[in-house]
Amino acid sequence: MNNSLKLIVESLLFAAVDPLTPRQIHGLLPERDLKEIKEVLAALKDEYEGMKRSFTLVEVAEGYQFRTLPRYKPYIANLLGATPTRLSRPALETLTIIAYKQPILRQEIERLRGVDVGGIIRMLLKKGLIRVVGRKPLPGKPIIYGTTKRFLEVFDLKDLSSLPTLKEIEELGNGEEE
Amino acid sequence: MTFTTKLDVFEGPLDLLLHLVKVNEVDLADIPIATITDQYLEYLDLMKALDITIAGDFLVMASTLMHLKSKMLLPKQEQDMEEIEELVEEIVGPLREYMQFKEAAEDLAARNVLSRDVFKRASDTYFMIGEGKEGTTAKVNLFELMIAFKRVMARQFPDTVLSFEAETWSVKEKIAEIKKRVEGQKTIYFSELFSSKGSISELIAIFLALLELVRVGFIAIFQPKPGDDIMLQAFK
Repeated sequence: MNNSLKLIVESLLFAAVDPLTPRQIHGLLPERDLKEIKEVLAALKDEYEGMKRSFTLVEVAEGYQFRTLPRYKPYIANLLGATPTRLSRPALETLTIIAYKQPILRQEIERLRGVDVGGIIRMLLKKGLIRVVGRKPLPGKPIIYGTTKRFLEVFDLKDLSSLPTLKEIEELGNGEEE
Repeated sequence: MTFTTKLDVFEGPLDLLLHLVKVNEVDLADIPIATITDQYLEYLDLMKALDITIAGDFLVMASTLMHLKSKMLLPKQEQDMEEIEELVEEIVGPLREYMQFKEAAEDLAARNVLSRDVFKRASDTYFMIGEGKEGTTAKVNLFELMIAFKRVMARQFPDTVLSFEAETWSVKEKIAEIKKRVEGQKTIYFSELFSSKGSISELIAIFLALLELVRVGFIAIFQPKPGDDIMLQAFK
């Protein structure tokens, strides 16, 4: 394994704001093999895990990103002070439907939720969690929505296929209704 | 005094139905339509009494429920059974799907959510200002362009210089020149444009060329911050 490449990649991951994909790193180091970069990333991930530090290199949003472990959350929350913006339950449900059913039209979301979702969609767009994927060749050219990389980043998902499969619902589980 | 409130206890008809199914502790596969319909309508009455605005969706569901209930009360034949089954599915199908997504939403919320459970390294966004990123640049008006031009003039000609040479600079030529430079580089700065040691008439020709290029929309001009050097880009 090329140690100097490993350190270069590590420095990039350290300085990056968003998760870095192997392809992005390859774009920055075109003379290196994509395969080699992927190997180095996997090795770094293992190393950080083995070190038992307060943070690890996490595979998220099709890339890699340094993240703290959940158990340090209260300390960091105190450091940062501000409470994170919360998604309301309706917003979270709408986002979930878009995530699972994308590409999806607003009408389909409204059929599934039984209520108007215009305001929620605008808010999710503004937060960068969903995006306009295109328009359907139907009368009125309705907009098709999908989730963003930011969505994957926020919900700690490696990619869309790592969304948990929807459970079959035949009867009611233990009620969480408030 | 009357006033209306909008409670989002039940966001939509599906929420209300789901609540009733839970309260009655019944299976989705086997919903007692008559009971649920009566309770559903009671809730609507209650909402009316409380002056809560009832969305049209609630009424659509109410009519579907009542239609189904009436069908079930009437003597049935073979084809009625089929129709009833269809109507039940019309109500239960969306409900089942809705519950599925409600549960999936719970699962999503239970993940290690960024900036709630896990944290990435804080980025210093301050220095990203002025990198030409969208949203960080302000449009420049003509007045600011003039000021920038004056600044260049002051730098180039600190003292009054007497010149007796007759020079002619064509604006056309300068337009071609600037076009070439902007197309070659991504961004050029206003001050760079006047970096050559030229005469006043040459600078004026460059300035006029620039104004023309902006007017026809070939060039976009930005200023990261007031007082900063103005940036020029080929308009795409």
